[in-house]
Amino acid sequence: MNSYINNQLLRFTTAGSVDDGKSTLIGRLLFDSKSIFEDQLEAVEASSAKKGFDYVDLSLLTDGLKSEREQGITIDVAYRYFATPKRKFIIADTPGHIQYTRNMVTGASTANLALILIDARKGLVEQTYRHSFIASLLKIPHIIVCINKMDLVDYKEDVFERIMEEYKAFSSKLEVSDIQFVPISALAGDNVVNRSENMLWYQGATLLHMLETVHIESDHNHIDSRFPVQYVIRPQSKEYHDFRGYAGRVAGGIFRPGDDVVVLPSGFQSKVKDIHFGNEKLEEAFAPMSVTITLEDEIDISRGDIIAKPNNHPQSEQDVDVMLCWMNQRPINLNSKFYVRHTSKEVKGVLKEIQYKLDINTLHRVENVEQLTMNEIARVKIRTAQPLLFDSYRKNRITGSLILVDEGTNETVAAGMIV
Amino acid sequence: MSHQYYLSHLKELEAEAIFVIREVVAQFEKPALLFSGGKDSIVLAYLSRKAFAPARIPFPLVHIDTGHNFPETMEYRDWLVNELGVKLIVGSVQESIDKGRAKEETGYNASRNSLQTVTLLDTIEQYKFDAAMGGARRDEEKARAKERFFSHRDEFGQWDPKNQRPELWNVFNGRKHIGEHFRVFPISNWTEMDVWQYIHLENIPIPKLYYSHEREVIMRDGAILSTSPWLKLKPDEIPAKKIVRFRTCGDMPITGAVESDANTIEKIIAEVAASRKTERGTRADDKRSETAMEDRKKSGYF
Repeated sequence: MNSYINNQLLRFTTAGSVDDGKSTLIGRLLFDSKSIFEDQLEAVEASSAKKGFDYVDLSLLTDGLKSEREQGITIDVAYRYFATPKRKFIIADTPGHIQYTRNMVTGASTANLALILIDARKGLVEQTYRHSFIASLLKIPHIIVCINKMDLVDYKEDVFERIMEEYKAFSSKLEVSDIQFVPISALAGDNVVNRSENMLWYQGATLLHMLETVHIESDHNHIDSRFPVQYVIRPQSKEYHDFRGYAGRVAGGIFRPGDDVVVLPSGFQSKVKDIHFGNEKLEEAFAPMSVTITLEDEIDISRGDIIAKPNNHPQSEQDVDVMLCWMNQRPINLNSKFYVRHTSKEVKGVLKEIQYKLDINTLHRVENVEQLTMNEIARVKIRTAQPLLFDSYRKNRITGSLILVDEGTNETVAAGMIV
Repeated sequence: MSHQYYLSHLKELEAEAIFVIREVVAQFEKPALLFSGGKDSIVLAYLSRKAFAPARIPFPLVHIDTGHNFPETMEYRDWLVNELGVKLIVGSVQESIDKGRAKEETGYNASRNSLQTVTLLDTIEQYKFDAAMGGARRDEEKARAKERFFSHRDEFGQWDPKNQRPELWNVFNGRKHIGEHFRVFPISNWTEMDVWQYIHLENIPIPKLYYSHEREVIMRDGAILSTSPWLKLKPDEIPAKKIVRFRTCGDMPITGAVESDANTIEKIIAEVAASRKTERGTRADDKRSETAMEDRKKSGYF
């Protein structure tokens, strides 16, 4: 039980094309780690029988909504959970076909790792490029490429080697530093949880072992201190009459009592007095901890401000370069207005320029574009009503990300990564 | 504190939940916490206390009272409200029935479970709550696996699963039109095991129902049901005493017990770890159809 309490959390996304065995792989991971319960399995068996299948369709475990079950397709990101004695896992399971970009970007936004599935018979296909590019765009630090259905190519080493080399050549264009490869058969269970007897030529780890051991301790930024203020806590009680606590979640770096800090945008400087967490006082706070910070001086601070260190400020600009993924049915045109939501701040913004659109299958740039439609990705310039306090997305996934919200419908219409 | 700059998964889930609870208070004018008396909403209440300490929890607990509660749940609820120094608002299903807003089901498996939706939506409207937090988790049920942290509800309180707002990073969009509200699920990413481990780690008191005890029960359709004034017995059903506990804490006539001698949190955790059935496997309300939960959620259920 102690080991469970010290477990780490790994969030990963699975993206796959139709029929590449993604649902089977997830089913295999859940099943072999004993995360599927009898009543769930019985329900899936009953549904499979009702549909006239002579096998148990594990994808029914992941297709949750009525319309998905009727159409036999997944239309939305589904979250799955399993745990081993080493780690707890959250899978963001994203469909490969419908609204793929929107769903994959959503699933990828919180992931430490992406699983890319390749059918050993087919090798790299259009969707492989697309999934990998989105993983790279969203700065997922780790990729595991699963070369699946090895049973259908007689478990041949040269098939695995050839696909791996092809992928390496392609991925040199991407910004992902940690890529691992594993030959598997999700259906037969080879190298998923248990080592394969059929591929003795493979000396590497099983997929589960990779998931359990990939180094995620450095995935957060622990260098550039950033504390976006979410809420100001002022207890209306005698005991805490003068208490002003700044509640928030550390977005980067490390804060300790006594640290010199600067509050932005005002620029006032102070020192950290205490770091509160519930009824404890902490010696330090780092990402992704939610804490309450008190300062030595009384400064006017409100939601949307950022506490940083005097020698290390985030950028402060009204014109922001962004890689934008448009996610709404209605297209966006130049000079359209919207709300920008960035950390705990909301400001109005306008689309000033579309520099180029990316063909996500080929990575070619398309210029002279005046409109973005659903699932398109483009490099754009946004102007905001007040300066944003940000870092590049490459430096910090929290202070470098934003969403756009439609002024009329209030829908979330785009995701942006600050360049 | 040691100099390893990462959190255990429970601490990371805790940090995430506290972040979400604080976003709710920052983004909405009149939030509330839907309190069922079950372990998930209890954990949510304790997380809320941590989120705003040393101030008090800045929103009320709302209990949708079916009138068919376990007495242990009511006793615990009143204790907790006092312990946390928080305001309690009760929405009564009996009142909804008396006013003709809801109609009592009849028959042996009659339940007030689906009637709660009317009372819940009426209570939200009466107090003008614009965000109602709940302890639902994505691992509980397949329709919940696709639920957002911030879940938008139209002016009729309905959920539209095919038109959900994409939710990226931890940037939550709580913008809405007048009359609409949000349901927010801060412990979306927790599993049943995480909840129990957290209760253990934080020494959170829970209702006695969760621990093994002797109780008069009957067997019906494979479920162990507690006798109560609201359970209509069939002629061949003869109550007998058994050593049981409950894995969930719902309405008394529809919440099934499990035979168990787990009388400590450690033993409960061991039992949950070895269990081959989901906790909702003992809930008659989910067994009505394959999409029972999705259908209830669309119309405004928790």
